[in-house]
Amino acid sequence: MSALSFWSPLVLLFSFVLLSLVVLIFRNRGEKRYKKGTAQTKIFLAGEEEPDPEKLHVKAHNMYWGFFEALKHYYGPTMKAHTGIINDYLLWFVSLIALTALIVFISG
Amino acid sequence: MQSLIIHSPILAIAIPLLAAFLTPLIGKFSSKARDIVVIVALAVTEFLVLILARDIYASGLHVYTLGALSPTLATPENFMIPVRIVLEVDAMSVFMGIISATVALAAAIYSISFMKRETGGTKFYTLLLLLTVGMIGLEFTGDLFNMFIFLEILSISGAALAGFRIRYADAIEGGFKYLVISAIGALVVLFAVGIFYGQYNLLNIAALAKVMQYTSLDQLALVLLIMAFGMKLASVPMHMWAPDTYSVAPAGTTPMIYVASQACLYALIRICFTLYGVTMNTSTIGWIIIVLGVLSMFIGVTVAVKQTDIKRLMAYHAISQSGYMLLGIGVGIAVLADPVALAAYGKTAISGGIFHIVNNALYKGLLFLTAEALFFSLGTRDLNKMGGMARNMKYTTIFFIIGALAISGIPPFNGFTSKLMIYESVYQFSPLLAVIAMLVSILTLASFTKAFQSAFTGPALPQYNNVKEVPKPMLIGMGILAVLIVFFSLFPNLVVNTIVNPATDSLINQAGYISSVMGGL
Repeated sequence: MSALSFWSPLVLLFSFVLLSLVVLIFRNRGEKRYKKGTAQTKIFLAGEEEPDPEKLHVKAHNMYWGFFEALKHYYGPTMKAHTGIINDYLLWFVSLIALTALIVFISG
Repeated sequence: MQSLIIHSPILAIAIPLLAAFLTPLIGKFSSKARDIVVIVALAVTEFLVLILARDIYASGLHVYTLGALSPTLATPENFMIPVRIVLEVDAMSVFMGIISATVALAAAIYSISFMKRETGGTKFYTLLLLLTVGMIGLEFTGDLFNMFIFLEILSISGAALAGFRIRYADAIEGGFKYLVISAIGALVVLFAVGIFYGQYNLLNIAALAKVMQYTSLDQLALVLLIMAFGMKLASVPMHMWAPDTYSVAPAGTTPMIYVASQACLYALIRICFTLYGVTMNTSTIGWIIIVLGVLSMFIGVTVAVKQTDIKRLMAYHAISQSGYMLLGIGVGIAVLADPVALAAYGKTAISGGIFHIVNNALYKGLLFLTAEALFFSLGTRDLNKMGGMARNMKYTTIFFIIGALAISGIPPFNGFTSKLMIYESVYQFSPLLAVIAMLVSILTLASFTKAFQSAFTGPALPQYNNVKEVPKPMLIGMGILAVLIVFFSLFPNLVVNTIVNPATDSLINQAGYISSVMGGL
C-alpha cells in the first residue's frame, strides 16, 4: 500500500471469520434452557415493574457527561465562539487572511 | 470510441449542463420522464469520466481546447500563450471527477423517493445537475478565470439547494449563509485572479506557473486563494457556516454540497502544487495548511461529540475529516522542495490525504444519507428523541454501521487505510501531529458510538411503532456508496496504485502539467 508499511484487509477479514466460527462453536455449547416470555427474560429479578421504554434509553445529551464536565474550560469558550451570526463568520475569515498574509510576507 | 475519449472532458460538463436546461421542459410533461433524464444524464457523465480516467491512467494528461482547430492544440499558431478556454485533465483532476460524478449519481437516485414528498422537483434536479457541472468544471479547467466561473455555478446552485425546503426557517438561514460566504469567497478568488492578470496578462494555470515569480503580490494572491478555498472547505476557524448549511440541505444534496467543498480543496491543492510549486516558500505554506488541518481535525471532532442534532454532528465530523486531508497535503507541501523527505514520507502523506478525499466522500456521503433517512422516517434530527430504530430500519442501520466504522478508522475499513498512510508519514515529519490525528480518530469513534446508541439501539419507543424502512431508491443510493466502501476497504492496494498514486505523481510533476500546454520548458 505504501513504502512505509504493510496492510492487508483480507488477512484481517480471514482472521475475523475464523474467530467468528470459534465464537459460534462456544455459543452453541451454551445454556439451552432459555425460555422466551417467562420471568427469565425480565430485567428485575425482584419483580419490580419495568420503567417506560423512553426512561430506559440513555438520551444523547446525557452521554459523556463526565468528559464534558472535565473539559468545561475548553468547551465553554469553544461553544461560545460558534455564535451562528454570519458577520462573525466573516470576521474570522478576514482576520485569518490578515494574519496569514503577515506570516507569509515576513517569512518571504 | 477514440473520438468520444478526446471530447469527454467537455462532454462531462456539457451533458449535465444540457440536462439541467432540459429538465424544466421535460418536467412540464412528465415527472417520471424528467427523473429518467436526470439519472441517464448523470450515468452518462459517470461513464465519460470513467473512460477519460482509463485513458489518462494509460496515456497521461488530456488537454482540451475549446474552439481550436484541434482540441489538443492549446496554443494557437503564431501565439506564445494559450488564449482560448483550456480544459486540462490530469490524474488528479479525473480522480476528483470520478468522486463528483459517482456521488452525484448516488444522490440523484436517492432523491427520487424523497422528491415525491416535496414540491418543486424540477427546480431541485436542475440545481443538482448545475452543482454537478460546477464541480466537474472546477476540477477539469486549466484556467483560473473559469475556475472562478465554475466556483460561482457551484456556489449558487449549492446555496439554492441548501435553502430548498423554504418551509423551514433554518433552511432559508442555512442557504443564505452559504450564499454569503460563497459570494465573499468567490470575490476574494476573483481579486486574486485579477492580481495575476494585472501582473502577467495571463489566466491559464500552466502559462502562469511557467512565469511565476512569487512577488509580494503573488504572495498576497496565494494567501487569498488558500483562505477563500479554505473557507469553502470549512476549515477551522472558517467552518461555522458548514453545520448551518449541511444540516438543512434536503436528502441527497448534503453529500453533494460536501463533495463540492472537496472540489474547493482540489482547487487549493492545484493552486499550491501546480501554480506555485517550489517557487513559493513551501515550508511556511505547508505549515499554514497543517495548522488549518490540525485545528479542523481537533475542534471539528470535539464540537461534534457534543451535538445532539444528527446532521449537525455529521457536519462537524465533515470538518474534522477535512482536517486529515489538509494535514496530509500540508506535510507534502512542507517538504515539496526537499527531494529526500518528499521521497521518504512526503509522497505517502500526499497520497494519504488524497486517498482520504475519496474515502471520506464515500463514507461521509453515506452517513449524511443515513441521517436524512432517519429524518425522512422520524421527522426529527434530534438524537434525544430517537431510539430503537435498528428494529424498524434494518438496512439503514447496516449502512450507518458501515459508514461509522469507516469514518472512525476501524480496520479493515477504508478510513483506516488512508488514516494509516497519514499517521505513518506525518509521524516522520512530526510525531505530535500524528498523535493528535490518532486522538481525533478515537473521539470520532466515541461520537459515532453516541449517535448509534441514541438512534438505533435501546427499547422500541411507542411513538415509532409504525415507522418503516425508507423506500427502495433511497436504499439503492445508500447501497451504491456502501458497496464502494466495502470494495475500497478490501482492495486498498488496487485503489491506491490505480487512482491515488497517479494523482499524487501528477500533482508533484508540475513541469509535466506546464509543458503539456506550453510545450517544452
